[in-house]
Amino acid sequence: MLNDWRTRLILIAFSGIILLFIVAPIAGLLLRTSPAEYSTTFQDSEVTSSIGLTLLASMGATIIFGILSVPLAYLLARKDFPFKGLINGIIDVPVVIPHSAAGIALLGVISRGTWVGQAGEAAGISFVGGVAGIVVAMAFVSLPFAINAARDGFAAVPEKLEKAALNLGASPARVFFSISLPLAKRSVISGLVMMWARGLSEFGAVIIIAYHPMITPILIWERFTSFGLSYARPVAAIFILVCLAIFITMRVLSGKRYHVRN
Amino acid sequence: MLEIKNINARLGDFRLRNISLELEPGDYLTVLGLSGAGKTVLLEVLAGLVKPETGEINLDGEDISNLKIQNRPFGLVYQDMALFPHMTVRKNITYALKGKGLSNQEQGNKTLELARLTRVEHLLDRHPGTLSGGEAQRVALARTLASNPKVLLLDEPLASLDVKLRQELRELLKKINQTGKTIIHVTHDPMEAATLSKKIAIIEKGELIQWGKPEEVFRNPVSEFVARFSGIKNIFPCTFEKTSEKNGLFHGLTKNKITISCLDDPGKDAAHLMIPGEDIIVSKERLETSAINQYKGIINEIYYLNHGVELIINVGEIFSVIVSKRSVEKLSLAPGEEVWLSFKASAVKIL
Repeated sequence: MLNDWRTRLILIAFSGIILLFIVAPIAGLLLRTSPAEYSTTFQDSEVTSSIGLTLLASMGATIIFGILSVPLAYLLARKDFPFKGLINGIIDVPVVIPHSAAGIALLGVISRGTWVGQAGEAAGISFVGGVAGIVVAMAFVSLPFAINAARDGFAAVPEKLEKAALNLGASPARVFFSISLPLAKRSVISGLVMMWARGLSEFGAVIIIAYHPMITPILIWERFTSFGLSYARPVAAIFILVCLAIFITMRVLSGKRYHVRN
Repeated sequence: MLEIKNINARLGDFRLRNISLELEPGDYLTVLGLSGAGKTVLLEVLAGLVKPETGEINLDGEDISNLKIQNRPFGLVYQDMALFPHMTVRKNITYALKGKGLSNQEQGNKTLELARLTRVEHLLDRHPGTLSGGEAQRVALARTLASNPKVLLLDEPLASLDVKLRQELRELLKKINQTGKTIIHVTHDPMEAATLSKKIAIIEKGELIQWGKPEEVFRNPVSEFVARFSGIKNIFPCTFEKTSEKNGLFHGLTKNKITISCLDDPGKDAAHLMIPGEDIIVSKERLETSAINQYKGIINEIYYLNHGVELIINVGEIFSVIVSKRSVEKLSLAPGEEVWLSFKASAVKIL
C-alpha cells in the first residue's frame, strides 16, 4: 500500500501538518525574539532565579516522589492483587483532572489548617507560598508519567530472567537491583525525565498553592497579563531553550537497549 | 537420593498429575514427551518456580518442597537460556558466586574454571546478544554450574543446536554427569534420551506413563504412545475373539484383516500388537521356518539410513523392516518387488 505514490503523499502531508503544528509556534516564538531581548532577559535576575527555582523544584519533585514511586511501579507490573485495575486508574487521575482543581485539592491537604500543613510548619517547612508546596504540586500532576513508564518498563523485563536469578541463589532484593531495575532502567529514567519535564511546565496547580516564590510559568503569565506579549515572549523563549537543552541531553544519556536472547 | 512423590500441579488449564520418581545420586534422567506434555512444568516444580498442589520432593532425606527458589539445590538451565542481557558472559557466570563468602580472586578463578569446562573462556567479555545458540547454551550451563546445584535441570538443552554442536554439548553433559552431578534433562527427542540417559521417564498429557532404564522402556513399552514415541514402528490395533487361542497361540485380527499370532494372552478383546523391525525376516520365497507369522507383500519404499536400510512393505498392513545394505544387494530388493515377511509369535509384543 505504501508503494502507491498517492498514499505516500497523503502520509507525508498529514505527518508534515502535525509536525508543523508542534514546531511552528515554538520556532516562531524563538525566532521572533531578538538577540537583544535574549541578552536583556538573560541578565534579568528575576528571570534567572525563577528558572533556577523551577528547574530545582521539578528536579526535587522527581527525585523524591519519582524514586519513591518505583516500588509501586514494580508491584503493578509484577504482582496480581485485588483492586489493581482501580489503582492503575487512580494513578492516572492527576492527568485527567484540571490542574487548578488539583491545586485546590492539594490545598485541602497541605494548607496550614491541616495536620500535614501543621506538621510541616513544626518542621520549618511551609507548603503554602513555599518551595515545598511547589514541589508537592509539581509532583502531584507529573507523577503518573513516572509510574506508568516505570511500570511498563518492569513489565517488559522477562520474568524468566528474574526467576533465573533466584534460581542462581540471589535474594529477591538482589534480583530487583541487579536484574529488574537495570533492564527497566531506560523506561524508568525516561519516565523520570518526562515527570521532570511535566513538572517544569506546571502552572495551574502551583499558582493555587504558591504564587510566590515565582516559578517561570507563573512569571511568564504575570509578565503577559501585566506588561503584554513582548515582555512575556523572551522569558518564554529562554525557558523553552533551557528545557529543550536539558531534555535532549537526558534523553541521550538515558541508556541503551539490551537484546534479550529468546 | 532424590524422591519425587505424587506431585500434582496446576498451571492455567494444564495439570501435572501424580508424578513420582526416584533418582540415585549421579543419575542421568531424561524426561521425554511431546510439546505441552508437562516436561518443563515438572522442572519448574522441582526448581520451585511452580508451587505444586500436593506432593513432596525429598533430597537426601530432607523435604525441600517448601524451600524458596533461591534456597533449592536445583540449577535450572532454561531452553532459551535466560542469560542476563546487560551483563557480560563473565558477569553472568560470576552472578551465582556472589554472596557466598568467596574473595574476588576465588570468584575469578572459579569463573575461569567453569568457562574452561564449558569452553567459553574466549567469550568472557562478550554480551549474550552477540553469542551463537551453542555458545549461549554453554554459557547458561556454566552459569548454572557456578551455583553448584546438587541436581542440574536442563530444559531441551540441545533443541536449537546443529548436529556438530549437539554432539559437543552431549559430550559435555556426559562429562558433567561423570563428576557425580545428578541431571534431569527434558527433551522430545528419543535419540537424545537413548544416548545420554541412565534412566528415562515418558510423560504424556501431564502424566508419567513409564520410567526406567532406557533399554527396558524402549524394549517393553507399556502403551502405544510410548512405543510410537520411542520411534518403534509396526504397531497394529487388533481385535481378539474369545476363542482365538489355539495351540498356545493367540490370534489378533488387524483392521485390514491380517492375522497376527502371538504367544502372550492379550487378556481383552482388543489390544495393540507390536513387532520390532529387527525381528522381521525378509525373503524372496516363503521360508520353511518356525516363524508362525508369514505374509507375502510388495516393497513400497526403500530408505537408506545410517545404520542400515529401511524397507516399507505392504502386506495388507504397512510394515517397516530394517535390513543390511548387503541383504538389499544379495536379494536384489527394489520398490515393486514381491517379498515374504516372517516373524515368530514370540517376537510379537502386546501393548
